[in-house]
Amino acid sequence: MSEQWLFTIAFFAWLVGAAAFVLGLHLMNSPASARKGNQLSASGMAVAIFTTLAYYALRGEGLSIEAWVIIIVGLVIGGGLGLVMAKRVKMTAMPQLVSLFNAVGGGAAALIAIFDYMHVAGTEKETLSTAVFVVLGVVIGCITFTGSIVASGKLQGLISGAPIKVPGGQMTTVALGLITAVGTIILILSAYGAPLEGIGTGVKLGILLAITIAGCVFGITMVLPIGGADMPVVISLLNSFTGTAAAMSGFVLNNPVLIIAGALVGASGGILTKLMADAMNRSIMNIMVGGFGGGDAAAGAGAAAGGGGSVREVGVDDAAIQMAYAQKVIVVPGYGLAVAQAQHAVRELAEILEARGVEVSYAIHPVAGRMPGHMNVLLAEANVPYPQLKEMEEINPEFSRADVALVVGANDVTNPAARSNPASPIYGMPILDVDQAKSVVVIKRSMGRGYAGIDNELYTDPKTGMLFADAKAGLESLAAAVKAL
Amino acid sequence: MDTQLLNSLALFVLAILVGFEVISKVPATLHTPLMSGANSIHGIVIVGAIIIAAEASDPLGYVLAFVATVFGAANVVGGYVVTDRMLQMFKKKPVAAKADAPKEA
Repeated sequence: MSEQWLFTIAFFAWLVGAAAFVLGLHLMNSPASARKGNQLSASGMAVAIFTTLAYYALRGEGLSIEAWVIIIVGLVIGGGLGLVMAKRVKMTAMPQLVSLFNAVGGGAAALIAIFDYMHVAGTEKETLSTAVFVVLGVVIGCITFTGSIVASGKLQGLISGAPIKVPGGQMTTVALGLITAVGTIILILSAYGAPLEGIGTGVKLGILLAITIAGCVFGITMVLPIGGADMPVVISLLNSFTGTAAAMSGFVLNNPVLIIAGALVGASGGILTKLMADAMNRSIMNIMVGGFGGGDAAAGAGAAAGGGGSVREVGVDDAAIQMAYAQKVIVVPGYGLAVAQAQHAVRELAEILEARGVEVSYAIHPVAGRMPGHMNVLLAEANVPYPQLKEMEEINPEFSRADVALVVGANDVTNPAARSNPASPIYGMPILDVDQAKSVVVIKRSMGRGYAGIDNELYTDPKTGMLFADAKAGLESLAAAVKAL
Repeated sequence: MDTQLLNSLALFVLAILVGFEVISKVPATLHTPLMSGANSIHGIVIVGAIIIAAEASDPLGYVLAFVATVFGAANVVGGYVVTDRMLQMFKKKPVAAKADAPKEA
């Protein structure tokens, strides 16, 4: 078979893989078909990998022994590590694992671009476009690599979730940007010919190394100052970056499946990031520049406006009676519920209530949890049927018909100050209209503040009863009390 | 610019538009699995890693190719397995469960 035919066949097979990714993502439109979609996407990946192996093995002299060893050992070690981590991870720790996989993906894209440049620098293959895509691949890949590791560390608690000031702050960022920009211009001009034609290959590689280091440092300085509460947006953005980096390596290697798959992920990650930012009523820029938890003045203003009312405590039995004789109960779960591993306890309580004829649904704020839609996964893990999980727009009109709203470990997303107090730092953020319910029960360990560091007016509302307990223990005692009625 | 690069750019732009179109319809309920699924798809860099492994011919090249392969493989396998684990938990079954529940209680 001629080389041309071989390439044509491989090209078609790569397109099949790319089509499987698109269809797979499309099937993720509905929970019923989502799993099939993911499996289709995985088969597309298998086709793409197998095609690549077969193409390079059959082409010319085929793959060298070293190449086979690298590929097989690499696949076994990498695949094994990924498999073990994916099987072991707890659903609450999902965001940091996804972030870690994101890091290695970005790292791989950067390495591919570096490798390619090492081979084309100084040869006639070094064209303007190679230089552009190599630099883009390296910069984006490196930012994602270190940025995702920092994000993962923050979510895991290895690095403080609070915004961390970087020494030099903006100056550091500007300096790193300058190194990258100047380096990029030199590499592009030297590839273009004329003004910098004489520049040596060694110098070019040195410049690429400088760009690599600048990208890696920038990833760290970009994510460190961002507060833990904004991590879902950051992960989503970095996910989009990795996709783009993969597409850049596709341009470098002239491979269609890399370009298509990378562009798909870049676009989807971008949309998700925008949706998340919208849900918090903030721009992506505003989040990336950071400084939510730091706004002391604004927080003080919010607290002053909200303070003054006294908190009413409610006992387990009282709360149980309210819910047991309610027609409609809306559960508002927040990250506190996930931290306390209380997703099973809340499902048990809901089942006991449903057995008594109470209508139970769950109000899910788009940013509940540590990743877009994280809360849905946690509740699904506890076997809560997904039709009971209601999105914000769907559930908000229903609060006024609810007899009891049970808030478990959610804080800022229920704060009416977002609607009423322009001085509050969360003013304008879409919230769950919990205060519209006839009565509110809040399970909370203490009067501590949420991530935004502001007081919640909901807690001083006369119709709110505070049940001070750990989320899991509180829900279990509620369930026992309802059962005993 | 040569034809190949122009074709690649066209592919890139169209794929971005397809990405926008496909994703904007996904409900918030599925955003985490979706992100995780997209995360596995960028594991496609494994293809790039295999290509550079095939082209490598010196120790530094071998090291770069090997690390890229390990990274890419972890991304692909881990990403798909974890997404599948999440999605298999999304079950409907409320109708049957509701009908049975009162009898059990």
